[in-house]
Amino acid sequence: MSNAPDTPTLVQMAQRPRPIKAPSSPADKVFHGVLYAAGFAVLVMTGLIALFLVLKAAGVLHQVGWRFLTNFEWRLFGNHIGVGAVLIDGTIIAIISLVIAVPAALAIALFISEYAPPGLRRAMIALIDLMAALPSILYGLWGFYFLMPRVVGSERWLSDHLGFIPFLRVPYTTFQAGYFENSTLLAGLIVSLMIIPIVAAISRQVFSQAPPNEREAAYALGSTRWGMIRTVVLPYGRGGVIGAVMLGFGRAMGETVVITIILSPVFTIVTHISQSGGNSIASLIANFASESSPQALAALIAAGLVLFVVTLLVNAVASVIVARSRSGLQTAD
Amino acid sequence: MSAIASPPGSGDILGPASDDAGRRAGGGGQVSAAKPEPRRIRLHAVNAEDILAPAAAAVSAIALVWYPYENVLPFSGVLGFWLCWYIAFLALYAGVVGLRWGRRAMVDRMLVAGTVTAGIFALAVILDQIIYVSFRGWSAVTHLNFWTQTMALTGPLQPLTSGGVVHAMVGSLEQLGMATLFSVPLGVTAAVFLAETGGARAQPVRVIVTAMTGLPEIVAGLFIYTMAIVTLGLNQSGFAASLALTVMMVPIVTRGSEVILRLVPNNLREASYALGASHVRTVWHVVLPTARAGLTTVSILAMARAVGETALLLFTAGFTNDMNVNPFSGPQSGLPILIWDFIRKNPTPNMIDRGFGAGLALMIMVLVLFTAARLLGGKAPGEMTRRQRRRIARDRAMPSPGPAERMPSGEEAVV
Repeated sequence: MSNAPDTPTLVQMAQRPRPIKAPSSPADKVFHGVLYAAGFAVLVMTGLIALFLVLKAAGVLHQVGWRFLTNFEWRLFGNHIGVGAVLIDGTIIAIISLVIAVPAALAIALFISEYAPPGLRRAMIALIDLMAALPSILYGLWGFYFLMPRVVGSERWLSDHLGFIPFLRVPYTTFQAGYFENSTLLAGLIVSLMIIPIVAAISRQVFSQAPPNEREAAYALGSTRWGMIRTVVLPYGRGGVIGAVMLGFGRAMGETVVITIILSPVFTIVTHISQSGGNSIASLIANFASESSPQALAALIAAGLVLFVVTLLVNAVASVIVARSRSGLQTAD
Repeated sequence: MSAIASPPGSGDILGPASDDAGRRAGGGGQVSAAKPEPRRIRLHAVNAEDILAPAAAAVSAIALVWYPYENVLPFSGVLGFWLCWYIAFLALYAGVVGLRWGRRAMVDRMLVAGTVTAGIFALAVILDQIIYVSFRGWSAVTHLNFWTQTMALTGPLQPLTSGGVVHAMVGSLEQLGMATLFSVPLGVTAAVFLAETGGARAQPVRVIVTAMTGLPEIVAGLFIYTMAIVTLGLNQSGFAASLALTVMMVPIVTRGSEVILRLVPNNLREASYALGASHVRTVWHVVLPTARAGLTTVSILAMARAVGETALLLFTAGFTNDMNVNPFSGPQSGLPILIWDFIRKNPTPNMIDRGFGAGLALMIMVLVLFTAARLLGGKAPGEMTRRQRRRIARDRAMPSPGPAERMPSGEEAVV
């Protein structure tokens, strides 16, 4: 009788990795101290960023108050400053880029983990890593000089033929330079190319961890490959994909160089996405970086603080979701 | 071999199941010789119809779209043509598969077509960027002075035979080198903390580290500006830029290294403890050597990302057209900020060409780092280079192999 409850526990224990307890020597104590210091240093770094940004932005934020989050203008004289419009414009760019990037990234991730033969798989993984490693300034150069002239026609076509969708219409009278070039849509398109590798890499990892026996069970029940993916791989990877999409969103919100190169800055909410003009917090800061008056810099630092808080929150929630999801078990532990 | 990779039990019941699991795990797919050879069922065999159907659909889509696109539809341009061709191709392919194999196969094949398209799309974007930047930058980089001179005596209108970017390359390399010196030891140590000692206390650190990998570079620049330049009174310099790069690199190195350290098999650690080694010796002599290749890859990939950071240099490094070898005093240009300056301040055709030339130089640096990362690392922990394997084979052949030679490699433990 007493053996019956014991046996399954033993089996379970054997399946779990054994906890390892090292003999503790004085050298180990020093070593652990160093490790804790290093782990703590990363937290301290994050705290320092928040601290210094808050300290330097406090004066401006005190004068402007909560209107800093809702104000649409950026006129330093009289403290008419706020990130209301640029925050929303930046979010619009991020949403556009996600709309383009998420389907593409998921398709790439599925292609790598499910369809590609092993040799091609390695090459594709390297390719996606390379896509992430290419500097944003090169995406900016390429987007400005290569993509922009080639996208203008498509944007005009969208406006002419799909203009009944309000945000695609551009109220232009004669077609001339400057109506479509520096548009939010183009910025979102290029940013989407930069976040595809992030979303694809994380999604690919969680997809490839889907349990083989569940895959085989789906095949044994007569499923096609897509049927197996739909019933096994996608549900398994859901948490990881949601986290990956949020990380991509955070990256899109913080992207600076491409947006600054492409867009001509405005301080209104963008309503026609293929019309020239747009903004984001990061791009606002980069545009005014050369201004040297202390007040202007304090205002920029306040904007940077808003950006820091937004991206850190989004990314932290994303990493918790990835860690908590079933697919993230390997790293959560 | 495949019995380890495939889940327990599955290989014993069905031939196809164990075959499939073995193939996916990369093993030989050989089931042990004691059992009768199972009937080999290939789940994803490709036959002539699988290739001919999409090919026929592609050809007929061209034929179908050609005339209407140019003469009937209100479209023009190459992009629109291929878009229409692609839609027609999908429709025709779906029709063929649907008529021939039914609806379920149709959905399956549409997904194959979609994912393959996405893969080709990614490849096209990368290749197009590399080729376009090389093409536009060629006229600048083929002049030797581009690699040997600075921009100090060259104006925007002067021809490409004058001026160069060597000052920015020196600046970029110095800043990157210092940032690597700061961030790799700190990042790897933090990763050891997360992977080896962490426990419950590591979880918040892990969440923050993951969140910090997405830190906008402009915020890192503002942070170093407020801390080092405004508060501590440093000047804008290469050193300040390397501090900002460190802020960007540490989370990336930490996150990547932790994943690598977790791949180190636990029985190596147990073996080390069983021999009486302390924790610090285990980490130093067993865990880190085993993961060396992966840690190198992670560090070099972090360097490849850091060398292209642009926006943080706006606040930290300053900008100069002169050569400044000393990173501790005075502004120091980097390649990204140089490109930024060339194409925004005075975009004459010559400056744009120089910008693309500098972009090509930057791309070469990134590609070299990236290739180095792939060549040096790219292996699982414990997987050995050919030289290591030869050495071990030699030691085995000799009567008394040195024990220290074999232990850290851990091949027996992995396989």
